[in-house]
Order: sequence, then C-alpha cells, then structure tokens
Amino acid sequence: MINHIDLSTVLRRTVCDLYSDLVTRPTGAAVRDGIEKQLSELGDRSLTVIDFSHVGLLDYSCADEIVAKLLMRYADANAPRDAYFLFRGVSDSHLDAIETVLERHGLAIVAQAEDGTVVLVGTVDDPERRAWEAMLRLGRAMAVDLAREAEIEPEQVERVLGALCRRRLAMELDGGYVVVGAVT
Amino acid sequence: MTTVINLPPSLDERTFEAVLEHLAPVPLDEKVLLDGRHTRWASPYGLTALLTVAQTRAEKPALVSPESEETGSYWARTGFFKHAEELFEMHGTTHRARASGESDVLLEITPVAKSEDVHEVVGRIQQKSASILVKELNIDAKATMGFAMTLSEACQNIVEHAGRGGWVAVQTYRWQKRLGRRVVVIAVCDAGVGFRQSLESAQGRRMSDRWDDGMALEEAVIRGVSRFRDPGRGQGLAGVRRYIGRWDGKLSVRSGTARIAIVPSWDEDVPLEEKLPPFPGAQMQITIPERITDR
Repeated sequence: MINHIDLSTVLRRTVCDLYSDLVTRPTGAAVRDGIEKQLSELGDRSLTVIDFSHVGLLDYSCADEIVAKLLMRYADANAPRDAYFLFRGVSDSHLDAIETVLERHGLAIVAQAEDGTVVLVGTVDDPERRAWEAMLRLGRAMAVDLAREAEIEPEQVERVLGALCRRRLAMELDGGYVVVGAVT
Repeated sequence: MTTVINLPPSLDERTFEAVLEHLAPVPLDEKVLLDGRHTRWASPYGLTALLTVAQTRAEKPALVSPESEETGSYWARTGFFKHAEELFEMHGTTHRARASGESDVLLEITPVAKSEDVHEVVGRIQQKSASILVKELNIDAKATMGFAMTLSEACQNIVEHAGRGGWVAVQTYRWQKRLGRRVVVIAVCDAGVGFRQSLESAQGRRMSDRWDDGMALEEAVIRGVSRFRDPGRGQGLAGVRRYIGRWDGKLSVRSGTARIAIVPSWDEDVPLEEKLPPFPGAQMQITIPERITDR
C-alpha cells in the first residue's frame, strides 16, 4: 500500500497552522511523531511518500529530526514495522540540509524528481550504488540478474541487496528486488 | 555608587571589548551608567550585546542615548529603544526612526527564547532578505534559503543551550573601511550559560586538563560537539560554518573569556583569543560580504 504524507499538512496540524517552514528541533520532533502516528495506522509493510512540495525552509535540525531519525528508526532491526520511504518535492535548499544530515549518520534516501525519476541521496558505497542502479534499469529483478547487471560477484550480491533493503533503499517483492519508488 | 562607562564612538564587536573590560571589575549589584552620547555608529552586535549587558546586571543599569540624531534614528529603526526601555533606566534624547538609504535593517532586534521565536524570525527574514541579498550583495537567489537556515541555527543555539532568552538582529550596510563592499551581518547574543558550562552539563563528559572557554568553543564551533549524546546534535553550527565558507563569510563566537573566529581572506582577525574580560553567555556574529562579480 502506498501512503502519501504532505509534510506541510503535518506541520500545520501538529505544530501551528500558520507555519510553512520546517525549522527547530522541537518542530522536527513533532512532525516526526505525526508521521509515525500515520504509519502506525498502516499495515505491517508500507511505502510512504514523504512530500516536501509545500515546505518553505528546512533547516539542519529539522532535517535531522524528520529525515535522519525516521530512517534510523525504520532501518533498525527492532523497527516497529517494515516501512519504506520515497522523498518527493525536495528542492535544492531542502537537499542541502538533508544531504548534510544523511552524511553525518551514514544514511541514504530515495528521492523522486519532478519528472518521476528516482535518485539516491546520501551515503552509499560503490557496490550498493551499482546494485541499486542495476535494479532501477531492470525493474523487479532476481539477485542473480542483478549480480550480472551490476558486475558484482554472486557471493557478494545477497549481502549488498540485503543492505539496500535494510537501509530502506530497495525492497523485496515477489521473490525479487525492486527500487523504492519504482513501484509507485 | 554609580560607575560610568563611556561607549565608544563606533560600537561593534571589537570595540565592545573595551566596554566589557570596564564592566568586568564592577560588582553585579553595583549601578552602572553606559554613556552613549558620543556614539555615532553601532553594529547589530553592538546593540544586541548592549541589551545582553543589561540582562547580566542585578542592579538595573542606566543608558544615555546617542546625541546624534542620525545615530539615534538608526537605533530606533533597529527596535533597540523598545527593548532598552525595559532593561535600562533611559536618559538623554528620545529618538524616532527615520528612513535611510545607507543601512537596511533586515531584522529588527528580536528576542529569542523559544522555538516559536525562531519560526517568527525565519518567516520575517525570508520576506525581507531575498531581494536585498540578490540585488545588493550579488548572492545567488538559491543562497537566500541558506541564509535563513543559518539564521535559524544561530537562533536555536540560544533556545537549546543558553538557558535564558537572547537577541538577534540582521542588518546590511556598506563596510567601507575594511572591505569597501556591502555586507549582511547577523548578530545573536545571549547572557545564558555559555559554551563551557553547556558542554560541562553533558552526562559522562570527561574534561581534559586544559578545559576552558577557548577549548569549549573549539569543541562546539570547530568539532561540532554538543552537550547532547544524540549523534545528530552539533550540526547547526557545522551548517553555519559551511554556509559562511561557501559565501566567503566570517563567523565569530565569543563565550566567557574566549572568542573564536573562522576568518576569511579579506579579514585579519585571529582564530582564537583568550583571557578576554569575562562575559556570560554566547555572542555570535556572522558576516557575509557582497559578492564581486565580473560585470
């Protein structure tokens, strides 16, 4: 199931209906709580579009509270549910804050551009990037095909694909693997 | 007994040190009178630091406003007197704001104590700063968001660490003497606990033998250390550093008896000053110069 969360709506509902900027840690924490409440109403497995389109400013503190902490919680082995995220409507200035916090924590996200293409943002090692890009080219694919396409040793590919799924950048689907965002 | 301290003709980050030097030996409960009659100019730092001085005194201090109508008018435009009237016993001429083409107040002196204040500041600065940064300082339109982010993080430093409210002000002016260019200056001052005490409050933190205000500033400003154990903390000042690096700006932070600066090539400041007269809290100044473009 694909869920859509408009961050400006969450901001207005959880913090103040006059705000359009995502600034300060308390604001970020409140918005993340709002997101998590929505996630708790979904099934065990979900893909959620986190939409920044109507957000004015995003500062580092808020990016850390919303993006980094959300990812860390759901990339953890004890995550409350199997949730994946696609970040949409991310402007250059949002990206500045998001990239900074992702690098700080060694995290990455999948962001969707206006034309629908998806890109990786953040910290990703070379095999992970090759596997992810191969997955994007092939669509849903089996590990053996991805190993060939990404030129990764077959004995390595399961580990790389496991890491991509754990990091919420790809998901297992019907026995294959697919890039987060390719299924919207 | 009242101690009279003359404010310098030009009240800025550097000359304010002379004020603090005179202030340091005066007991907190002793009356001071800050005489600004001959002050002709004040930076946002000078004005916000003056308000901060008043917050540190147990006995309400007195302030004599500038004699110069032009100076007084500018101080009025910054909103200084509105706050000063609550914190000082005011003397001298009452000034009203008049329009001026030489300096633009991008953000009046604004109290910052809580998260909501940061939202207010950020909202106001975005409306006003975009055209000035682009047209007058030749800064890329995209950078105006970064400017607001920088302001947000600087203000949050008060909310998260100071333990009491502080002040923020933003202004553009022509910095003739040093640069011959326009600059935009953010000043953020508080009289809170300061960097050293804030870091000392971190649970389980071990202090080195050379633990002082200078080292606390190095830890927080250069290495991004925070009193919180959360590894995501400390990114605000790192973000400020990155922004000023990108736009050839300058950052200086004073806390306690030390002052640290990220110094661009156009300035001759020293990276770290220690053994300054003690002053509570933290005082930060961010300066972004006009960008020189090939025309």
